[in-house]
Amino acid sequence: MNQIKVVHYLNQFFAQIGGEEKANIPPEIKEGPIGPGMAFQAALGDNAKMVATIYCGDSYFNENTEASIEAILMMIREQKPDLVICGPAFNAGRYGVACGTVASAVKEKLGIPAVTGMYTENPGVDLFKSSVYIVPTKDSAIGMRDAVAAMVPLALKLARGEALGPASEEGYMPMGIRKNFFEGKRGSRRAVDMLLKKLAGEPFETEFPMPDFDRVPPNAAVTDMRKAKVALVTSGGIVPKGNPDRIESSSASKYGKYDLEGVSDLTDVNYETAHGGYDPTYANDDADRVLPVDMLREFEKDGKIGSLSRYFYSTVGNGTAVASAKKFAQEISKDLVADGITAVILTST
Amino acid sequence: MKLELGYIPIRDIQFGPKSKVDNNTLYVNKKELSALLLEDEGIASVELDLARPGESVRITPVKDVIEPRVKVSGTGGIFPGWCAKVRTVGTGRTHVLKGAAVITTGKVVGFQEGIIDMSGEGAKYTPFSKLNSLVLIIQPKEGMLQHAYEKALRLAGLKTAEYLGKLAEHLEPEEVRTFETLSVTDGIKMYPELPRVGYVLMLQSQGLLHDTYVYGVDAKQTLPTLIGPTELMDGAIVSGNCVSACDKNTTYHHLNNPVVEDLFSEHGKTLNFVGLMITNENVYLADKERSSDRTAELCAYLGLDGVIISQEGFGNPDTDLIMNCKKIEAKGIKTVIITDEYAGQDGASQSLADADAAADAVVTGGNANMVIHLPAMDRVIGSIDQVDHIAGGWSGSLKEDGTITAELQVITGATNELGYNTLSAR
Repeated sequence: MNQIKVVHYLNQFFAQIGGEEKANIPPEIKEGPIGPGMAFQAALGDNAKMVATIYCGDSYFNENTEASIEAILMMIREQKPDLVICGPAFNAGRYGVACGTVASAVKEKLGIPAVTGMYTENPGVDLFKSSVYIVPTKDSAIGMRDAVAAMVPLALKLARGEALGPASEEGYMPMGIRKNFFEGKRGSRRAVDMLLKKLAGEPFETEFPMPDFDRVPPNAAVTDMRKAKVALVTSGGIVPKGNPDRIESSSASKYGKYDLEGVSDLTDVNYETAHGGYDPTYANDDADRVLPVDMLREFEKDGKIGSLSRYFYSTVGNGTAVASAKKFAQEISKDLVADGITAVILTST
Repeated sequence: MKLELGYIPIRDIQFGPKSKVDNNTLYVNKKELSALLLEDEGIASVELDLARPGESVRITPVKDVIEPRVKVSGTGGIFPGWCAKVRTVGTGRTHVLKGAAVITTGKVVGFQEGIIDMSGEGAKYTPFSKLNSLVLIIQPKEGMLQHAYEKALRLAGLKTAEYLGKLAEHLEPEEVRTFETLSVTDGIKMYPELPRVGYVLMLQSQGLLHDTYVYGVDAKQTLPTLIGPTELMDGAIVSGNCVSACDKNTTYHHLNNPVVEDLFSEHGKTLNFVGLMITNENVYLADKERSSDRTAELCAYLGLDGVIISQEGFGNPDTDLIMNCKKIEAKGIKTVIITDEYAGQDGASQSLADADAAADAVVTGGNANMVIHLPAMDRVIGSIDQVDHIAGGWSGSLKEDGTITAELQVITGATNELGYNTLSAR
């Protein structure tokens, strides 16, 4: 194979243009490597040549993503590279997102392999680890040497179109893509070995890490409901008729907060569901079935609960990303605490 | 409880005028065996065929695989509750025709039987491509119901394995291995320093032809119990399953349980293999709770430090697996679970139907959804018309030229959850 042509993407800081004051510069291109590009060139040796460096201000990129990507892709296309290296971005959030966006677009739109590097907590990791090869790095540029050393072998393999092994072997973050392969030992023997390590308190590596669960232990039971100030929160999509906040029927990006002042019954005239994941007939017919306002008003009147909160909160739980749900919950719970709510009824579908 | 296994290696299989083992070749008298199987009034016809490692042969639809064995000494006989009276097995001596197998075929459920290729890409994934096999193609009498057909097929397989096993009763084995389980108190005295390890063997018992039998009893009607590991080697557990081919435990697997073998190999060295518990995988929540509660109690009662839990099947049984794991871990006992994955053809979906942070040590038999391409074979034993319907196949899986494109799921034993294979995934 001929010498591999590499284009490098950097932000304004690593391209040695300037710091935050230069974060608003639009994409530009220069011939040859700059800054970290020198280290990449040294590690790549004769295998590859860093033909050009494209850089862009982090703020500019994130505020003008579409225009930036369009310009950057055009610059890359002209260079006809075999590979694009982005960053590494370490723990710089906007830079990480830019690196992920560029790498992903290069792969999808130009069909050119790309690799980047980030610290595990960089927000770019969550956004792009399933679509982009991301090598884990330290949280600052102190880790540049290690990052370059880890990224180069992977980059060369990608550029040469060689088959990649599992993430743990190739040194990129697991993309959540499971690949079969033959181990040296049969499964039962691996199980015995793993158990012996676990029993001895030695480190062992599970072959299938359980998905991360953010488990929240429930609060202690409410001791006296007659004094409780109760709020209703639902993922069942109940909204005022017409869905004023345009909450999506699936994969919701927002939640709504709605006033119940003077409302003692949800009817098909005033309420409906925005949820696209279940037969909405019965919820649209009587939204109390999902958000029991009518019963709580009765309880309120009978003194079974202290009072019903003035507001209810609603979103759609249909295919909604855990990250979005978590964000909604954090905001909603702050609100609930500020309003002095002491009990919450969560309804789903 | 102590059992000696004497291995008689089988390197070839042939039909002949007299059934016998001679010079490591297994000879089968077709007529005699067919007559024996036709004693079952439900069976309309029996066809026998042979398959050897490396041959261009495809066997399908495969129901079960069984290893021929015979009890030479000790109480009971092979496959108690079926071929022999119900007496406790697992002691004395048993002879094994190592390298031989009986494979039963027939369209019981259609989409829940499997494929065994004796050569090519598919052969890499099934351990049964390495065995000299006698294949039974059995047709039921007209109007026979599926469950009766399954039973007839199951019995035919066991009877054939017993018939062939008897040929080795008076032969001198090339190798003899001894397996012994001590009483709980003797084990403590003998290995006071070693970690106490147990094995929880989950048996498919979802019903509707997803069944496993223990001494002739349907496992879904049992509570978890202790059973001697050597009892398995004498056929105390028999598969009656029609479930996805890749991760059902055939009777061959139960006879040769690899977790049992590997725990025995470490017994007295790095661990004390205290005992084996069997439990079921029923569909009702109450059954799942009851069985996983019992299993955890048994583990605690035995004072175990660690437990290996193996699964059978996928989806619904994932919940049993996780319940067992969670409840045993909650007793302060460390676990490793063996499962397989259904991560989609692209490998991007969540692999299990249930999960818990307690399951921090997992061994996987691989992603059953992986797409494989199987070359055409010169000869098909059984019938090829079910390939498009087998779980893991789709309309068009079978091409006109005889090649098959399907998920790994279609191959018998490919992602075995006893850890029989080296296949894994990351």
